[in-house]
Amino acid sequence: MTTYSQDMLIGELSRLSEHKPGVMQALQRTQELLGYVPDTALDVVADVCNVSRAEVYGVLTFYSDFRRNAPADVIVKVCVAESCQSVGSRELVDDLHREGFDVHTGTVRDGIACEQTFCLGNCALSPAAMINGKPLGRATAASILAAAKAAK
Amino acid sequence: MTKIYIPRDSAALSVGADQVADEFARLVRERGLDAQIVRTGSRGMLWLEPLVEVETANGRVGYSNVSSAVVTDLLDAGILEGAAHYSNIGIVDQHEWLTKQQRVTFARVGIIDPISLSDYEAHGGLVGLRKALSMSSEAIVDQVTESGLRGRGGAGFPAGIKWKTVLGAEAGQKYICCNADEGDSGTFADRMLMEGDPFTLIEGMAIAGIAVGATKGYIYIRSEYPHAIETMNQAIEVATAAGVLGDSVCGSTKAFTLEVRPGAGSYVCGEETAMLESLEGKRGMVRPKPPIPALVGLYGKPTVINNVMTLSAVPMVLADGAAAYQALGHEKSRGTQVFQLAGNIAQGGIVELAFGVTLGELVDGYGGGTRSGHPVKTVQIGGPLGAYMGTDAWDVAMAYESLAAAGGMLGHGGIVVFDDSVNMAKQARFAMEFCAEESCGKCTPCRIGSTRGVEVIDRIVAGVDQSKNLELLEDLCETMTDGSLCAMGGLTPLPVRSALKLFPADFGISGGKS
Repeated sequence: MTTYSQDMLIGELSRLSEHKPGVMQALQRTQELLGYVPDTALDVVADVCNVSRAEVYGVLTFYSDFRRNAPADVIVKVCVAESCQSVGSRELVDDLHREGFDVHTGTVRDGIACEQTFCLGNCALSPAAMINGKPLGRATAASILAAAKAAK
Repeated sequence: MTKIYIPRDSAALSVGADQVADEFARLVRERGLDAQIVRTGSRGMLWLEPLVEVETANGRVGYSNVSSAVVTDLLDAGILEGAAHYSNIGIVDQHEWLTKQQRVTFARVGIIDPISLSDYEAHGGLVGLRKALSMSSEAIVDQVTESGLRGRGGAGFPAGIKWKTVLGAEAGQKYICCNADEGDSGTFADRMLMEGDPFTLIEGMAIAGIAVGATKGYIYIRSEYPHAIETMNQAIEVATAAGVLGDSVCGSTKAFTLEVRPGAGSYVCGEETAMLESLEGKRGMVRPKPPIPALVGLYGKPTVINNVMTLSAVPMVLADGAAAYQALGHEKSRGTQVFQLAGNIAQGGIVELAFGVTLGELVDGYGGGTRSGHPVKTVQIGGPLGAYMGTDAWDVAMAYESLAAAGGMLGHGGIVVFDDSVNMAKQARFAMEFCAEESCGKCTPCRIGSTRGVEVIDRIVAGVDQSKNLELLEDLCETMTDGSLCAMGGLTPLPVRSALKLFPADFGISGGKS
């Protein structure tokens, strides 16, 4: 990260302090700005929040939303919880795997990453997915990949 | 001008509601029609989404499962006059699925524009808050206590008693925290309320603040709900601009402000003390109790923590009086429960009814059985930590105590239906896997026991030392139940044990039924 963006990040995170932000909120803001949380940002967050780097690392690795590398262009969240299992999400995950997308590891292929999630709150229209934040109900591997390609 | 109502609820969006709205907008413009599109929440008849409604002299006429491709056809057929069409389901308010329900908390969802405060007031909004402002703190808390309202997050703790504790605590600052970390699979009522009628939650939280002397509220919404976060933020902005929130709530001397704090992808943060840690920006590690959050809560201050559904029931309790709410229900479960029908179900969605309706009536009556058409094998009630139950439980009354007596747990009121293709050993294994994935790690039985649980179930299914491993699994379940601080480790054995008890043959245990 350049000095400029370090300064930018410090400035942005300092502005959060009016709302009593914790480490998690500082990391969320960092990811909002940069798309992920680079290692070099850990010191900035630690400084702004006045905690140790280890504490920042602890929060960073606790929550599944945080990314430590630049994300794919299209992020597909695929629900693998019970409601979606009841209408074939296990098979859907297998179908995606055959197309080269492993939801457990979130492998990136052609700028698309499919990642597992536990419940998107669309359980009456399971299987549920979300493509770059847009919900997709009664999903199949084919409808997911079509929507993902369209989102690129 | 004719109003065309199209949901903006994310379930409706997931099946194309935005494209439908865009197509209507384009054609209305192109044809110069005297019509206005209003985006609403969803009625909760989710199998009919996108459900488009048109205002007529007789009421709002519904057109179900509309796609952008049929919009031209609908306009040609005369949808603006409520004309006949194969997708016409008649007057929506007269739809049997809705008329049989007792919509209290969801009374406005799907009907009003979620971020129009005038729409909200025209439909009875703010009556409860204005009444509360004319009452003493004690009187408000008494009303909530007398209503019999219990926590809808799952624990069922009486809301009034919790409020009374916070009211009685001496502190310079108190907080109202709304738990909107609706992580249980099969639940979506919080999301739909926040997307469809956010002012109800805002009003409920403001009443709670005035009742206990808290001036600041937080809504912790899971990050998987971007639309709910956006709608809540919009509504808070509108309410603040209108003086419903702020230094002078509705022109009174009371102050109350609200802020949304999004989660970051952690199921255990739905546990109230883990949620507090997360709100403070830390790892979502469960805190030991005591001290209870009502005395030592957010930033160490007295804090009311209630679920979205609990707080959203409060405006009605104040507006219509405790007795009206108390009159509904079953035994010690008073008022209504917003049931959510999910999974392999023909007619999934929101069914709000007084406690006491039977499980069978919900699944077969309202739900119409499975979506696949196969027989129901089991239902899981109350999320991933809830028990699996068979069709022999169809007569059980859906209420806290009666369900617990039948070995189940109401939780947040979600019901996930499975047909006969489900393998229950896989479901039991998933319960342990999920616990391993989402455990905060504080308690050893939960952190490590869940992984050992997966292994033991695998050995049972593989037929390795079956009786020895069954004994080991039972021992492990007991340790997890007794040795975990919160429900994550404490209740994971519930789906595991119930699956094993009901369907031993699925685990390869000879002589058992499958």
